[in-house]
Amino acid sequence: MTPTTPAPVPTGSRGAAVWREVSHHGLFWPLLALVLLILACGAASPGFLDVTVRDGHLFGQLVDLLRNSATPLLLALGMCLVIATGGIDLSVGAVMAIALAVSLTYLDNAADPRSVATVLTAIVLGLAVGALGGAFNGAMVAGLGIQPFIATMILMVAGRGIAMLITQGQITTVTSPPFKTIGSGFVLGVPTPVVIALAAFVVVAVVVRRTALGMFLESIGINREASRLAGVRSRRTTWTVYVIAGVLAALAGLVYGAPTMAADANNIGLMKELDAIMVVVLGGTKLDGGRFYLGGLLVGAMLLSTLERAVIIFQLPSQTTPLFKAIVLIAVCVAASPTLRAMLRGRRRADRESTPAAPVEKTTAAEVTA
Amino acid sequence: MKGINRARTGMAGVVATFTILALAACGGGSDTSGDGGDGEDGSGDVIRVGFSQLGAESGWRTANTESVKESLSEENGFDLTFVDAQQKQENQIKALRDFVAQDVDVIAFSPVIETGWDEVLQEIKDSGIPVVLVDRTVDTTVDDPFVTWIGADFKQEGTTAGEWVAENAPDAKIFELQGTLGSGAQVDREEGFGEVVGDQVIGKASGNFTRAEGKTAVEAALQAYPDMTMIFTHNDDMGLGAIEAIEAAGKVPGKDIQIVSVDGVRDGLQALVDKKFNYVVECNPVFGDQLAELIKKVYDGEDVPKETIVIDEAFDQTITQETVDARAY
Repeated sequence: MTPTTPAPVPTGSRGAAVWREVSHHGLFWPLLALVLLILACGAASPGFLDVTVRDGHLFGQLVDLLRNSATPLLLALGMCLVIATGGIDLSVGAVMAIALAVSLTYLDNAADPRSVATVLTAIVLGLAVGALGGAFNGAMVAGLGIQPFIATMILMVAGRGIAMLITQGQITTVTSPPFKTIGSGFVLGVPTPVVIALAAFVVVAVVVRRTALGMFLESIGINREASRLAGVRSRRTTWTVYVIAGVLAALAGLVYGAPTMAADANNIGLMKELDAIMVVVLGGTKLDGGRFYLGGLLVGAMLLSTLERAVIIFQLPSQTTPLFKAIVLIAVCVAASPTLRAMLRGRRRADRESTPAAPVEKTTAAEVTA
Repeated sequence: MKGINRARTGMAGVVATFTILALAACGGGSDTSGDGGDGEDGSGDVIRVGFSQLGAESGWRTANTESVKESLSEENGFDLTFVDAQQKQENQIKALRDFVAQDVDVIAFSPVIETGWDEVLQEIKDSGIPVVLVDRTVDTTVDDPFVTWIGADFKQEGTTAGEWVAENAPDAKIFELQGTLGSGAQVDREEGFGEVVGDQVIGKASGNFTRAEGKTAVEAALQAYPDMTMIFTHNDDMGLGAIEAIEAAGKVPGKDIQIVSVDGVRDGLQALVDKKFNYVVECNPVFGDQLAELIKKVYDGEDVPKETIVIDEAFDQTITQETVDARAY
């Protein structure tokens, strides 16, 4: 799906070489942490790994984990593309709140919030608002050349105010079974959010990797001016990416808020922008733009939601949960650090003189000929 | 608005602790009996009151504001200057200085944060205007900075909930769904509850006062504590999320897993009517009438207690649909 998977290790190499190859892959450590965490949860709480079929759909802790990963995955998808262009979108959490506020307020005022047509309109409205927010961000960044951090912070700060205006300061709650399905329903036994997130993932991956868009993004992220001179419409492309991020954030908001059907302007999506950035980084994409790895987002999102769950499964006191998460994430980041690896390699090389050249971490050549 | 100071805390925020103030702690309440409680002194005196509300961050606060406005009305003998600080201390300080300039009779305010009031409180003190603190308190070096304080007693709410459990479910194995860690409502409700039935609590986790996170926490807790029979939640919203998780696990909320909650928002009371909640302790925002009475006493120079605790009710499953429908929030 994405070019993140390394070429298979040539057979015949020694175990050490395989190990080096595998452990050098950007996703190795996050993946290892994820598997270890899940196994540890299984050991700590028998039945954690069980997946059963209940009322015709999958049920179990692992299914919950998948469902909870949907929101961070959707956010991280958009964030990853934005980061690839060398930008950042801090407004995704606020956009979640606005989109949900718009959808639920529409449903609340609709004659029949239970009808499928009304629900579809509500969803489209929510997504459209997300696109609008993204378009605003894009215009600020690509059109006016404002620093992305600042440009998107405007919406991040003002967004909750906008959501509050829409809900008139209340927590709007609605009863609409079709809308609720988005968050807590099932498609062929699989939780709907998982289906939605994976569908979005596939669409984005195909669009980005089967067309030249992905390469444009990377080239803009590596050198905006050079790619412009090479003929990439960097402004338009950058703008488009923020719109995509806005729509995905809106989708995440709807998926996140649908199970409880409550548009809580103050809390929906609070700090989720940081979750999204974390997922992108765990997935191996660097914040300075350029090369990006979509496949890593799947691992990052799963790791994040597994961490959330593990602190309860391990029965840790609530006060220590942030510390536990911090330790795991720091450990993963440190283990995956290329600099640390280079240092270790340097020492080993001093020991014996047979190590091959280090693989290039980041391809810098922008092969753009658009 | 709450986001400003968080925007800069950096990318590692995912793993960092953030203690949100007790902003969204209380969810709501009704506003049906706002103007009771004021005496009829017969005097034509109008009491000029300056009230600075901290903002409108939750339904609870909105209900509180409406109750204050309704009770401190002209008919009740008040001339109220109401200023919304929009959660900014500088706005609030400015409003307080304006009140001094206008030489109002009594100043009442809900401080947005605890510290940084020394200068302005000293100015007010020098001007001789009595101060009534509402809902929250201040930490200041000024001697005797306020005449009296009125607000909710979170700890008492926890104790009330604990007493119900001790009486009705002494064998329950309780999972405690905490609010945002470090917020006043979380700390005090946990303490009050723990003093009564602390040894029955088998596990705790935070749901940050929100439905979605309450749901996720309970999903995990159902796995981690298979023998749990009751959930004590620090607010209704998390309890509503818990219902979702319990039902998804094929259990019956209110029966297989009992739920005891604090807040008394309409949705929470509705869950009580639907027999999904078992007990709800109210966190009452509608204390405008009590405040009005207090301000009158302060104005007349009567002795007032240093603290006035807002009267909280508690409901069990005998609650009627009418009570729920009467709730404004």
